[in-house]
Amino acid sequence: MRYLVSVIDDKSNPGSTDRQPAISAFNERLIAEGYWVFAGGLADTDAATVVDNRGEQAVFSDGPFVESKEYLAGVWVWEAPDLDVALKLAAEASKVCDRKIEVRPFL
Amino acid sequence: MSDVEQAITRAHHDEWARVVAALTRRFGDLDIAEEAAAEAFATAVERWRADGLPPNPGAWLTTTANRKAIDRIRRENKRDDKHKEALMLHVDDPPEPLGAIDDDRLRLIFTCCHPALAVEARVALTLRMVGGLTVPEIARAFLVRGTTMEQRITRAKAKIKAAGIPYRMPSADDLPARVSGVLAVLFLVFNEGYLASGPGTDPVRHDLTTEAIRLTRLIRALLPRDGEVAGLLALMLLIEARRPARVSAGGELVPLAEQDRAAWDTELIAEGHRLVRERLAAAAAGVAPGRYQILAAINAVHTSARDIRDTDWSQVLALYDQLVRLDPSPIIALNRAVAVAELDGPEVALAVVDRLEEALAGYHAYHAARADLLRRLGRSRQSRAAYDRAIELAGNTGETAYLTRRRDQLR
Repeated sequence: MRYLVSVIDDKSNPGSTDRQPAISAFNERLIAEGYWVFAGGLADTDAATVVDNRGEQAVFSDGPFVESKEYLAGVWVWEAPDLDVALKLAAEASKVCDRKIEVRPFL
Repeated sequence: MSDVEQAITRAHHDEWARVVAALTRRFGDLDIAEEAAAEAFATAVERWRADGLPPNPGAWLTTTANRKAIDRIRRENKRDDKHKEALMLHVDDPPEPLGAIDDDRLRLIFTCCHPALAVEARVALTLRMVGGLTVPEIARAFLVRGTTMEQRITRAKAKIKAAGIPYRMPSADDLPARVSGVLAVLFLVFNEGYLASGPGTDPVRHDLTTEAIRLTRLIRALLPRDGEVAGLLALMLLIEARRPARVSAGGELVPLAEQDRAAWDTELIAEGHRLVRERLAAAAAGVAPGRYQILAAINAVHTSARDIRDTDWSQVLALYDQLVRLDPSPIIALNRAVAVAELDGPEVALAVVDRLEEALAGYHAYHAARADLLRRLGRSRQSRAAYDRAIELAGNTGETAYLTRRRDQLR
């Protein structure tokens, strides 16, 4: 199964900023063990643009689609045999990133 | 009840989880397993009444349920030919031999109590898939509408499927945490029966306590070496044993100290004590007991006393001290204070209880305990205020009635 693994940060209580070496090491392991499909950190939500072209013309608006204290700071895509495996990795990922993690299956 | 009706009830108790579990493994789908099992039992009711009992009801139910599941898959395949071949491959496999099926029930339990499901979904799913209660029965038990409960169960099954919650035994290093998750679900069911919440309900819901005990016995049979499973079963039995004395004729809850001990169920007590002795022997051999085992031991001390005055309170306190080290929650500290009151007097206990105010101000038992200690100290005005607050917060009709009478007896 394929899972979207989101790293959730909190504007009022952000996770520590020195995690990159640990995350890189964790990524190496994900690759070696065959779970890694994709990973990427995201720029600040201020850099987002929402596009709505359902009407007559495209409307662009500055900022994320929802303003919230908690926001998506990065994503992984993992390939794992089942949720137990994904949750175990996610528990490690949360420690490694010092942030909350959401695990969501692809259809 | 006729012999056939009794056989159907017994088969439902003995075979439901087995049939659902075997079908789930064979077809990889909780929905198909649940529906086919329900159809097989409905067919059994008709056929057994008309034709009499089959020689092996369990095998009859498994075969019938398998056939129902295959029928359904064939029906669905007519609509969706793409999957036909893949599914039919499974379907033509011979049924699993009976020996392997016990593990399937454990798999089913672990799936239903998976930590990725909301707690109320775990409870509902376990009662439906493992306990075989109908959706309206579960809805009634938790005082929600049938449609709400149906949605809760449907959503849980959909998550299991979509998120890939596996149908297998947890790994060895996950097992203790997962077993404790299962026990928490069963204890929740038991507690809802033991101290039912909500206005207009019976103070004790015998159906829920009985079901929780039945399922815990099943887990005990499947995991006979797990100390906490034995501990929880003993705890439930020793609490259930007091049920006949726990509600007065007027529907009031009767606290332990005022119960008619002659009305306690001696058979359940004997069984509970046997389990506690088994765990004490394990503890003597160096296996540290978990919280259910300690709680069971506390209840064993209470149920060993023929009269409240014979209670070995120093033993109770020693066990609570052990429990506090394991679980420093304020609720445990509150229960410990009851033993302190018996040993060191209400004044010492009140000081202990008052320290818990911040954590427990919204908990009715905190105010009830304070009210009782204040009453024993002759501080009627403060006691009355504490009873008022406890009555306001208590959700159980029998408990409210008891607290109200106590308050009104204050001079």
